[in-house]
Amino acid sequence: MNFIVGAFKPPCIVSISFADGRTRKQVPLKKENGHTVMVPLFQSQENIVGEVLIEPIHGKKLEHTGVKIELLGQIELYFDRGNFYDFTSLVRELDVPGELYEKKTYPFEFSTVEMPYESYNGVNVRLRYILKVTISRNYVSNIVEHQDFVVQNYTPLPSINNSIKMEVGIEDCLHIEFEYNKSKYHLKDVILGKIYFLLVRIKIKNMELEIRRRESTGSGPNTYVETETLAKFELMDGGPVRGESIPVRLFLSPYELTPTYRNINNKFSVKYYLNLVLVDEEDRRYFKQQEITVYRLET
Amino acid sequence: MLVGNGIEDEEKWLAEGIAGIQHHAFYMHRALDANNLRETLKYSAQMLSELRTSKLSPHKYYELYMRAFDELRKLEMFFKEESKHGVSIVDLYELVQHAGNILPRLYLLCTVGSVYIKSKEAPARDVLKDLVEMCRGVQHPIRGLFLRSYLAQVSRDKLPDLGSEYEGDADTVVDAVDFVLQNFTEMNKLWVRMHYQGPGQIREKREKERSELRDLVGKNLHVLGQIEGVDLEMYKGTVLPRVLEQVVNCKDELAQYYLMDCIIQVFPDEYHLQTLETLLGAFPQLQPTVDIKTVLSRLMDRLSNYAASSIEVLPEFLQVEAFAKLSNAIGRVIETQVDMPIVGVIALYVSLLTFTLRVHPERLDYVDQVLGACVKKLSGKPKLEDNRATKQVVALLTAPLEKYNDIVTALTLSNYPRVMDCLDNGTNKAMAMVIIQSIMNNNTCISTADKVEVLFELIKGLIKDLDGTSVDELDEEDFKDEQNSVARLIHMLYNDDPEEMLKIIYTVKKHIMSGGPQRLPFTVPPLIFSALRYVGYGLQLVRRLQCQDGDVVGEEVPATPKQIFQLLNQTIDALSSVSSPELALRLYLQCAEAAGACDLEPIAYEFFTQAFVLYEEEIADSKAQVTAIHLIIGTLQRMNVFGVENRDTLTHKATGYSAKLLKKPDQCRAVYACSHLFWVDDQDGIKDGERVLLCLKRALRIANAAQQMIAVTRGRSGPVTLFVEILNKYLYFFEKGNPQITTDAIGGLVELITTEMQSDSTTVASDAFFSSTVRYIQFQKEKGGALGEKYASIKV
Repeated sequence: MNFIVGAFKPPCIVSISFADGRTRKQVPLKKENGHTVMVPLFQSQENIVGEVLIEPIHGKKLEHTGVKIELLGQIELYFDRGNFYDFTSLVRELDVPGELYEKKTYPFEFSTVEMPYESYNGVNVRLRYILKVTISRNYVSNIVEHQDFVVQNYTPLPSINNSIKMEVGIEDCLHIEFEYNKSKYHLKDVILGKIYFLLVRIKIKNMELEIRRRESTGSGPNTYVETETLAKFELMDGGPVRGESIPVRLFLSPYELTPTYRNINNKFSVKYYLNLVLVDEEDRRYFKQQEITVYRLET
Repeated sequence: MLVGNGIEDEEKWLAEGIAGIQHHAFYMHRALDANNLRETLKYSAQMLSELRTSKLSPHKYYELYMRAFDELRKLEMFFKEESKHGVSIVDLYELVQHAGNILPRLYLLCTVGSVYIKSKEAPARDVLKDLVEMCRGVQHPIRGLFLRSYLAQVSRDKLPDLGSEYEGDADTVVDAVDFVLQNFTEMNKLWVRMHYQGPGQIREKREKERSELRDLVGKNLHVLGQIEGVDLEMYKGTVLPRVLEQVVNCKDELAQYYLMDCIIQVFPDEYHLQTLETLLGAFPQLQPTVDIKTVLSRLMDRLSNYAASSIEVLPEFLQVEAFAKLSNAIGRVIETQVDMPIVGVIALYVSLLTFTLRVHPERLDYVDQVLGACVKKLSGKPKLEDNRATKQVVALLTAPLEKYNDIVTALTLSNYPRVMDCLDNGTNKAMAMVIIQSIMNNNTCISTADKVEVLFELIKGLIKDLDGTSVDELDEEDFKDEQNSVARLIHMLYNDDPEEMLKIIYTVKKHIMSGGPQRLPFTVPPLIFSALRYVGYGLQLVRRLQCQDGDVVGEEVPATPKQIFQLLNQTIDALSSVSSPELALRLYLQCAEAAGACDLEPIAYEFFTQAFVLYEEEIADSKAQVTAIHLIIGTLQRMNVFGVENRDTLTHKATGYSAKLLKKPDQCRAVYACSHLFWVDDQDGIKDGERVLLCLKRALRIANAAQQMIAVTRGRSGPVTLFVEILNKYLYFFEKGNPQITTDAIGGLVELITTEMQSDSTTVASDAFFSSTVRYIQFQKEKGGALGEKYASIKV
């Protein structure tokens, strides 16, 4: 990096630091280049306070037409890569046009920032928050520096959280009744439930519960839907007979889930489904998919 | 898949499975050594995944399971030491549940669960409940059975039993029992599900394999039996009903048989006794093909052993009416299981009978009841053809005999003969023989007419021809054996009381008279002798009375012998009519003698008459005639009851018949034997010397004639044996003091013999006989004394 930076010979070093950087919780963030870095974690309505340090390369004068810092919330759809849609944009002017001879720090503060959406790295979409420092210059390109940070928002316990209960079947072949204890689960929750076999006329080999994530992006004719199976959890080995009830206990913590996102800024949605799959001895699959809501519970 | 290839393939799959387990276990051990929990869990799950195979038979799967089991022990050790992996047991309990595959997940969960209980961070009941519930996820029969067996194994020492360190606050035994029961129920369901409904050959193999797994299921009952806290109350209220419910509902032959047997074996006898009704209530609900009789028999065996173990427990049996309950249960089982083969039915009754005999030996009515029930079942059916069934019936009949060692007891059982009726003829006879043997061995005396009646009813197979047996089929030797046994038996029928004895004799006669010509020669003689013995006894009694009270003679006592003799007369008559005249003749003579001893002249005379009639009419064979005439002479000689007239008639007849024998030597011998009829060497015997001499002379004449006949037909003179014999007679009467026998006569006879012998020197035997006789005369002469003087005048 230094080599590259050196090659372009940027006239100064820009760094952004947070006032509570030492104490704030850091979370991993996967960058475009595949590297994972640790970045600070914020939630909506927090104050984002810090300072920007600009240090010109020794002995050089830095002319500029102004310094500003922006807080941006951006959505990037991969079918339209490079085109960021800013749903949040706040600006603080740090300096009036002038010249810099030596290093200088500029404190900044965005107070009670509204950050309604969580950071998200999906298959076809990315939602990110950045702090962007721009040193504007005449004739030559501006000097820009980014700092990523992550936003996670907590949801209070849902007041209504019904169980999911349903009877499904294929006539004269297979009738089951399943029950999951809730319809809304937090990220570290446990799915409890049971599958009750009312009628079994096929030879079932096994049964599993899948957690599927459905990410839909775009709108109208340009809607892209991507489904991933995040978990395959075997519930039953072998074939049951009529009257058996099979317990379900699935811990969500081992899986990398996000909360359910519904229609984020009209750009994308992320939904979760429980898919109950029965496989018979001829490897035919019978399944029933149920949406669950995933939320982030303050810990 | 071909069956033949199947075995080889299985070996291969097993080897692969074992290799897989070893491979993963190696990495697991490394992780264990490094205290790396994450890796440990990963490799242990992979190792356990080898158990997910469906390709192995139960037997091979067991081998695989045992390998994994050993590894799991090491894992458990690791889980126990929190310091090594740094995760609390609660978290660990969650952590292992993250595994995606259910089978490894549950094995790990059970392993951690066992540690969890040990740590006492949660009540044992909660952990156990959770484990047994989660295990529902494995529905594959073999894998499920082994998983649950693993659960049973690891939880075995951690049940919240009474007095166990895991015992909780209240009623935790209930939890322990619930846990085991639930595991048992689920295992049984899985086991039953293995029942294969394919073609016969494969099914047989599968059922055999399935049978190998039965102990996995039964182990649960074992554990239940060992839980301290299961007292009678709980057994009655919870354990038994729930186990039975499962057994009945599973509707599986193999399982029902095995589990019923298990119940009987693992729980204490005392419990069985107190819950007999419930336990027995389950039997009629079992599948019709279940081998109930074996199970019930084992139950009864156990109970009877229990009863035998201590006298104190007997009141319990009475209190719970064990017999009535068992009896009812058997009745119901037989009723519901229409297809049960008859052998099974009888086997059940045999068991019940054994039970009764051991527990209630004094209750003959119970025994009779059992026999009655058996008769009810057997009646209206054709006689048993089935060998095994017959054997069972024999066992049924033998049991009381052996127990009581006394046929008399058996005779009081009204249903006993009815059971015997159900046997085929051959077995019936065999059984009758057994009964007779029993009587003989125990020297039992049957002492009333009623009992005799029953007894003969029992052994009627031997007494008379039964329907459907033709005489030709009989093996002669067997027949003789049988009839000899009956003959022996008749001697065992005895009573000191004359009146009763008379009745017995009448009864016996009635029965043996129906025996037919083949049997009478065997059965009549013992009857006659038995009766004669009785007469003899009566006589002694009379004499004793006379001695004691002078002239007082019992009114009816002397009357009895007369009746007896009449009876005997009829009996022998029957015998003579069935072509055994010689035997009849002997018996007549025997009776005559006995009658003589009783001073019953007319009767004795009558018997003699009968004997003579027989001689005249029935005995044609000359040899037989000779024998008969000698018998007659012998008997008559000894009789002193006859008056002069009667005696004359009889002796005259005898002498007459003697002279009419066919062969001269026979004639001669009979005639000189007759001489004894006139000279009874007794104080008051007749001594008619003249007629003795007449007889002897006649004998001499006949001997002479015989000699001449030989001389004519063969051209040489015959042997002198007859003369020597007559000489001996002469000497006998001479010694006895018959005045008609003179020394001259003897001398003449000796001379005659000497002359005869010179003309014929071939016969050495008679020569020796004669010289012995001469030597005897010499000896008497030299001896001197009164007799010597008499002899002195004999010239030799």
